[in-house]
Amino acid sequence: MTNRTVLVLLDTPATALRSPALEILTLARSLGRVEAVVTESPSVQTLAQLGSHGVELVRQAELPSTLGESAHLSTTVAQVLAAAVRAADADAVLLTSNFVTKEIAARVAHDLDAGLVVDAATLVEGPDGRLVAGKRVLAGSWDTECEITTDVSVVTVRSNAVVPATVDQPVETTVEGFAVDVAAGAVTVVERTVEEIDDAGRPELAEAGSVVVGGRGTDGDFGPVEEFASSIGAAVGATRDVVFEGWFDQFVGQTGVTVTPRLYVGAGVSGAPHHRGGMQASQVVVAVNNDPECPLFEIADFAVVGDLADVLPQAAAAIRAHKES
Amino acid sequence: MRIVVPVKYVPDIQSDRAFEDCRLVRDPSEGTLNELDEHAVEAALSIIESLDDDARAASDVVVVTMAGPDADAAVRKTYQMGVDRGVRISDEGLEGSDYAGTARTLAAAVRRLGDETPVDLVITGMAALDGLGSVVPVYLAAELGLPQLTNASELDVDTAARTARVTRDLGHVHEVLEAPLPAVVSVSDHANQPRYPNFKLIMAARKKPVEEWSLADLDVAAETVGESGARTRTSRAEPRPPRPEAEIVVDKGEGGTALADFLIRNELV
Repeated sequence: MTNRTVLVLLDTPATALRSPALEILTLARSLGRVEAVVTESPSVQTLAQLGSHGVELVRQAELPSTLGESAHLSTTVAQVLAAAVRAADADAVLLTSNFVTKEIAARVAHDLDAGLVVDAATLVEGPDGRLVAGKRVLAGSWDTECEITTDVSVVTVRSNAVVPATVDQPVETTVEGFAVDVAAGAVTVVERTVEEIDDAGRPELAEAGSVVVGGRGTDGDFGPVEEFASSIGAAVGATRDVVFEGWFDQFVGQTGVTVTPRLYVGAGVSGAPHHRGGMQASQVVVAVNNDPECPLFEIADFAVVGDLADVLPQAAAAIRAHKES
Repeated sequence: MRIVVPVKYVPDIQSDRAFEDCRLVRDPSEGTLNELDEHAVEAALSIIESLDDDARAASDVVVVTMAGPDADAAVRKTYQMGVDRGVRISDEGLEGSDYAGTARTLAAAVRRLGDETPVDLVITGMAALDGLGSVVPVYLAAELGLPQLTNASELDVDTAARTARVTRDLGHVHEVLEAPLPAVVSVSDHANQPRYPNFKLIMAARKKPVEEWSLADLDVAAETVGESGARTRTSRAEPRPPRPEAEIVVDKGEGGTALADFLIRNELV
């Protein structure tokens, strides 16, 4: 452990921290002293989670109330982070990895002249003390390492890259406010709605450890996909085509949700470039398809040539039987 | 009205992509126009087409790319869609540029085009299929000091009121954002359906020149771009061991059981 200070931006402090946030807190701890940054009041549960992850200080931005919904714009949050970096004299900023956090990260890296790596899977201290981020690229065929050569590093870390772990001795967490003077920019928020995450249901697609995706081969019937996903506790997603057809609402792909689970199962998914761009960092890939020539088979670890409507229910029944035994 | 569309020439995802000396190999015979950039071109063309005849005659769409001469193929592809003018920025001093260096160079090109005729919009695709970073549009807006309207699944430009309004759906957040022009917009594949080139444009695109600019043509300090300006450095690039041949089971009534066995055996359930 060095005397580095690492700031972690928390996505959902007002409710409770979700796995991706706990993962980056765990990773941040391996790099130095961790402080959290929030733009809204942390809940009691969040504070307890922070304490058990060894975080003693939460820096809460106090924004001008005149900002209204503009407080949520990436440019605003980036200014908050930049101010927090200066206040804490921080060496690194860690964020979870999604389209919103990547925007914030890019903006803060720009404003601080800091090096940026997005979608990192690993982050360690290199031989000369600089941070080195690792990621898997080109449809999972290459591993790269990228050294950040600036004094301040900004890194977004993909889901499931590390297993969240708490500290042996929980600490007391205090919240310290800091005023950030952000002027309203030229962008107006005309409308903003946030959908509540229902944790009683399936795991979140973007953060799940197992993901089952239904493609065009489902012909619009997601019954077998849902049943199989339930048997293994997986999140369910679709391909872009399927969403365009109106058969399902969330798709995995280059322009949709990026998934990085331990287990990915594609059922009736051909494996078009667009889709592979959103699941290439999955650890184990399973394909079920009638067509043995489909591109997904090329990157699969295990594949079944067959009708998903037969294969998935049979697999689900066998898994349920195994779990009960 | 002038709209600038930065585009990227990327290795075809179906080709054997690789790194050499920690840089992505860009094989001239296996490149293509980044698919999402077609949506940016389509958005730009349709905005110009919505103008009245006089305004339209005074408008143009200019694509800009930062790459070697191979990238002319990508520029020509945009000519086939109806783009008026293409600029390729090529310079050895740009090799090794990171996100910031790339955006700085593109911003300088936008400024130069703006010196000729004011630029009203910069429209990009939301990501490139090689790096998948989707952060260059954000850097570009910051470099130009313009409002950023990124990841748009819908884009409406009011040319009379000179405003741009975008709709974006990012996971669980749905937003409608608006900003005055000029602005930087990045579009997703939901924003529109790119047109197919017609025969006349395909023929014309063959002969249409691509302008070549170097760093000397741009107002950008050489030490702030390329390898010397980069804030990150790829220190290692290694091919992963070839995937073991996939275990393939042909379902003859027991495919599901085989799948369950595989998952149980590998402790994945």
